[in-house]
Amino acid sequence: MPRRTDINTIMIIGAGPIVIGQAAEFDYSGTQAVKALKAEGYRVVLVNSNPATIMTDPELADATYIEPLTVDILEKIIAQERPDALLPTVGGQTALNMGVALAENGILDQYGVELIGARLEAMQLAEDRKLFQEAMRKVGLEVPQGSMVGSLEEAKVVAAEIGRFPILIRPSFTLGGSGGAIAYNEDDFEEKVIFGLKESPVHTVLIEESVLGWKEFELEVMRDAVDNFVVVCTIENLDPMGIHTGDSITVAPAMTLTDREYQHLRDQARIVMKAVGVETGGSNVQFAVNPDDGRVLVIEMNPRVSRSSALASKATGFPIAKLAALVSVGYRLDELQNDITRTTVAAFEPSIDYVVTKLPRWAFEKFPGVDPELGPQMKSVGEAMAIGRTFKESLLKGLQSLELNRAPYPNHEDSVWDGKLDSLALPRSERIWAVWEALRAGIDTSTIAEMTGIDRWFLSQLEQIVHFEQELMGCAGEDTIPPALLRKAKRCGFGDAHIAYLTDSDEMTVRQQRNRASVMPTFHVVDTCAAEFESYTPYLYSSYESETEALPTDDEKVVILGGGPNRIGQGIEFDYCCVHAVMKLREMGYEAVMVNCNPETVSTDYDISDRLYFEPLTLEHVLNIVQREQPLKGVVVQFGGQTPLNLVKGLNEAGIPILGTSPDAIDLVEDRGRFGSLLAELDITAPEGGIAYSLGEAKKVARLVEYPVVVRPSYVLGGRAMAIVYSEPQLEHYMAEALKAAPNQAILIDHYLEDAYEADVDAVSDGQTVVVGGIMQHIEEAGVHSGDSACVLPPYKISAYHLGIIRDYTERLARALNVRGLMNVQYAIKDDVVYVLEVNPRASRTVPFVSKATGVPLAKIATEVMVGRKLADIGLTEDPRVDGFFVKEAVLPFKKFLGADALLGPEMRSTGEVMGHAARFGHAFVKAQMAAGDRLPTDGTVFMSLNDFDKSAGLRLARDLHRLGFQIVATRGTASFFVRAGLPVTPINKVSEGSPHAVDYIKEGKIQLIINTPLGPISRDDGGSIRSTAVRYGVPLLTTLSAAQAAVNGIKILREQQLKVRSLQEHYSRVR
Amino acid sequence: MQARLILEDGSVWHGEGFGANGTHVGEVVFNTSLTGYQEILTDPSYAGQIVVMTAPQIGNTGVNEDDDESRKAFLSGFVVRDLSPTVSNWRACDSLHNYLQQQHITGISDIDTRALTRRLRDGGSLKGVICTDETLSDNEVIQQARNWPGLDGVDLVQTVTCDEAYHWTESTPDDWEFAPIHNNGEFRVVAYDFGIKRNILRRLTSYGCNVTVVPASTTAAEVMAMQPDGVFLSNGPGDPAAVPYAVDAVKSLLGQVPIFGICLGHQILGQALGANTYRLKFGHHGGNQPVKYLPEDRVEISAHNHNFAVDPDTLPANVEVTHINLNDNCCEGLRVKDMPAFSIQYHPEAAPGPHDADPLFAAFIRLMEARK
Repeated sequence: MPRRTDINTIMIIGAGPIVIGQAAEFDYSGTQAVKALKAEGYRVVLVNSNPATIMTDPELADATYIEPLTVDILEKIIAQERPDALLPTVGGQTALNMGVALAENGILDQYGVELIGARLEAMQLAEDRKLFQEAMRKVGLEVPQGSMVGSLEEAKVVAAEIGRFPILIRPSFTLGGSGGAIAYNEDDFEEKVIFGLKESPVHTVLIEESVLGWKEFELEVMRDAVDNFVVVCTIENLDPMGIHTGDSITVAPAMTLTDREYQHLRDQARIVMKAVGVETGGSNVQFAVNPDDGRVLVIEMNPRVSRSSALASKATGFPIAKLAALVSVGYRLDELQNDITRTTVAAFEPSIDYVVTKLPRWAFEKFPGVDPELGPQMKSVGEAMAIGRTFKESLLKGLQSLELNRAPYPNHEDSVWDGKLDSLALPRSERIWAVWEALRAGIDTSTIAEMTGIDRWFLSQLEQIVHFEQELMGCAGEDTIPPALLRKAKRCGFGDAHIAYLTDSDEMTVRQQRNRASVMPTFHVVDTCAAEFESYTPYLYSSYESETEALPTDDEKVVILGGGPNRIGQGIEFDYCCVHAVMKLREMGYEAVMVNCNPETVSTDYDISDRLYFEPLTLEHVLNIVQREQPLKGVVVQFGGQTPLNLVKGLNEAGIPILGTSPDAIDLVEDRGRFGSLLAELDITAPEGGIAYSLGEAKKVARLVEYPVVVRPSYVLGGRAMAIVYSEPQLEHYMAEALKAAPNQAILIDHYLEDAYEADVDAVSDGQTVVVGGIMQHIEEAGVHSGDSACVLPPYKISAYHLGIIRDYTERLARALNVRGLMNVQYAIKDDVVYVLEVNPRASRTVPFVSKATGVPLAKIATEVMVGRKLADIGLTEDPRVDGFFVKEAVLPFKKFLGADALLGPEMRSTGEVMGHAARFGHAFVKAQMAAGDRLPTDGTVFMSLNDFDKSAGLRLARDLHRLGFQIVATRGTASFFVRAGLPVTPINKVSEGSPHAVDYIKEGKIQLIINTPLGPISRDDGGSIRSTAVRYGVPLLTTLSAAQAAVNGIKILREQQLKVRSLQEHYSRVR
Repeated sequence: MQARLILEDGSVWHGEGFGANGTHVGEVVFNTSLTGYQEILTDPSYAGQIVVMTAPQIGNTGVNEDDDESRKAFLSGFVVRDLSPTVSNWRACDSLHNYLQQQHITGISDIDTRALTRRLRDGGSLKGVICTDETLSDNEVIQQARNWPGLDGVDLVQTVTCDEAYHWTESTPDDWEFAPIHNNGEFRVVAYDFGIKRNILRRLTSYGCNVTVVPASTTAAEVMAMQPDGVFLSNGPGDPAAVPYAVDAVKSLLGQVPIFGICLGHQILGQALGANTYRLKFGHHGGNQPVKYLPEDRVEISAHNHNFAVDPDTLPANVEVTHINLNDNCCEGLRVKDMPAFSIQYHPEAAPGPHDADPLFAAFIRLMEARK
């Protein structure tokens, strides 16, 4: 059956902003789907609110809408584009929910749009746990005991039926298991059920028998319209049931199943697909298996491409999203080619002769107060994947890939285990090291298995590693490690640094010893077939085997270093830049070699680069690659965030050419002394500041530059351990934290420009010509991390005079630093003075946003510059013009991190971003808010609590809101100020003043909007409970006056006028 | 314990020995199944072969009492990348190491199985020797491999078949049953044991067959004397050209009684119909092979274990090729148009492998039903 010819235009919905549980993997899947359908000649309409995605590049789809993912907006796009079909299965839960909503509201019928990839009934069935459980029981499959409830009373009845704790509580229709929890007793149960009911958009939760401690397996499956069915990959979770699979270490293929048991799961997965009614596409089915008797329970299924299907695609080389898109338009799996072997068909099951381990990466350090215990709600913000020939090798490589602020092996400094068996039972992010330490201490695997629920097999592998560590420790103090032992260690996956640690040596000495002993890595191809057929796609991983496959070509190469696992402050934006660099380099005729270890990314798709190394981004592994990939033009380090920059020194010392801006310039801007002199030389103003290596020095500097001050360690991204400090005792506290985040490094201390406003500049330079890609004005004031601040392009409130200064400073800085490539500068404007806050001679988080707004692909242009072209030759010598307004808004994960203070500050905490664009600022701002999920109210009650500086400006806002018909309530100080000005306002208690107080009002649903601007350390702490309640109950919260002004402006627009939608392509065509 | 795998091409692969000590010669083949090493070890079709597992982690689930596919392990050696130091599975009763020791099979681990597989893929199956005897020099062992005549033309069936006929009564246990089966009465089936796997017998029994297993050399007259409703031709090791007696028997049975053949049984039926068989470069051994069932244009993911195939160009006009392998288009199944006989080259009984082809047993039942 060839592709369908009765449909021409297909609409694809993306996943929106990056949030916990829904990350860059959906850019990967969406991009594959768009490319595949376009290649088949369909007209593709794409909608996604996230500008930092490859899928929203205007060259990809025929019509690209960066618009909020809401039913209203999607209806407008459908009315405008009139698609024949909608593919809702490649944009995560968001797209699936949108597909369901559009169908249920009759919009698809109204416009004659057919759902492809999954029928409405299938989506409803898979998502509604009650329907799902009934469907499973009907076809004879077992599911955990329990049922769906809509109230606490019903929940209690079900709990009584189950008859024992712990009990699992899972809200329907939430992603990443948001709101899910395990209750251990009745009190616990009540609280968690109430929250779960609130969390679910349909206000139902599943109350279920807990299968805590069972083994967990996932099958990634595909089906076509004639019932050809394949299992792409089987994934076994190292962590047992009870820990969200996104927070689990997972391994492919499954390790502890016999064939009989595995086939049993495979048969059941097939039955599940049929019972749910998934006719075409990829799905994921999760099973729990009782380790004592093998009893199998079906836990859930996703009738769409998921996080684990991205992982499965990377783990096997089988492009699930691409094939899901193709089977959704009528192809059969046996009509499609296996891209990797080229000679075989896609209707097969990959066999792999290596082991893949995925490890989550958390960011608890950014959210003090949050319970770091892992459970059914996902808390990790990113992941790394590693490929090794054995589990041991892939685990050890995976731990190296995580790039944590600790050694990837247990050592004295990073010890996490308190020596107590009980603590092993706590599922924490660092448990893998605790277990490792326990094994080193001689605790046997059976005991640990009992405490942790981790299968004995995995523990025995770790135990082998420990035994081997002891063997290596026997060589400590010797001049050389015997070559045979060295080879064995490398074959087991030990990093050079790990060997050095065990043998009392250093990493480079071990490397030299290895080279002398010819213990060199070999490189192997991910070929989908365990070497049964020859493969043509150079998707490679390293090991220490007997022969290397896929030798380097004779072409000139450029190696692009990626960003590694996503973390807060370093995410999809950098992968976007890397992918653009790869595209441009290929276009220019270079061989583009990509190195990355993040399975969620587009950059690790096998058909993006000429050659893909799925490897840890450590000096050891990167050197292995660049020393082999000759002839080498150079290495691109500007695009992968801080990760590649951390390698610059080592690469430089090894004589590896770095493309673009010199390593020295990169170093200069991070060196406070040198940077200070440069600014003085250029006559550029910066806040008073200094540098400290100890608390004593810090106190001195702070007194000199005057409080409040901003403290931050140098060489970190995303404002890790960055804070505003108002007093000396606070400084003592923060210094301790800051030194922990960046030991032995300089701590920068600057005067904090309170109440200033900020601007961000992305520029590209060839050393002579400097082009400012965009000047973005922050909507939050200075002090809020640029990654967390909403910003607008072009600036709407900066005078032409100040813009001139900003442009001039940018140009001077770029020339002085001899920037070749991208540069990002952050400015603050206060009392008519423009200050430079920070300069980064690399790609910034806002590059994709600026590129989308201007239509100028900055990262591609920077890439050309880096390999030697001049901007004049490229034809870019003038700053691009922007038509209309583009607003970027940050998306914050506070909902997943209850207990964390939801106040924005200098430490970045957002996970993702959205873009809103429109002809007028207010419209663009409203769209950005809608896209970020904060729906501004058009009526109701506003709660205001303002600091003294903001009270007079806040009065104007309050008046506007009053005129718009809002009721105003305020804390006493704010209220009395308003009353004096003659504004009707109801005073309410602060929390400390007793009930009924502000938090009660929020909980009772009496407040629709909160404007809370704290100042100084006391009110910042004070507002904590208000902010966390607002987050918990989903009430829009504005913590700066500028944001509040924009919001009020937006509310007016929402009430006055309908929003319009326009595709990027149409927008650009009008501009040009 | 040090061990070596030495191939006729002169390559020497050092590793750790496990299972029994010894020096054994065999034809080296690779298997790409991710699970099911116990079934592979006990599949009589591997007699004379040294099996390389491409899946790197082997032994994790130990061995258990249910998953043996025959009375013993018949293969000549077992090669793995990483042997599990422990056993973790609720059904396990022993470790792989102990099991191989009891079965007198030599295993070798820590081998670069990927490089070995690539060599076999590019150069075809090779003769090899697995050896734990450190007193033998590499050269002596290489000579042993080169001097070994190999499997072509050798009747290995005689080494694996049963000594005398027996009844089989065990069906697939309820806990593991996966297909909705509607029994339409009982069928007397005589199953030729060329190296039969137990799961074939279990599946036949589950589908309502009363099975009598007979030795490979049983004549057609002896079979017909049992008044069977159908005759089953089993899988088995080695070269189909080496069992002319079986081919002769099938020739006489053709047309008299419904026939269903699997694997070697398929090749024997092919030969009985007048077709030639030929050796594949490195064979199909694994659980992920896509086979297209041509009459229904549908793909089965299936378990394979064969080094030989029926040449479709030599089939007579009354025989139709029903199944082809989508990887290399070789003939995977045939049907005689004017007689109740069909066969497939691969394994509907799986064990190990997916169950997609299980309905072929039902097809056999239908064939017998039609004649009853």
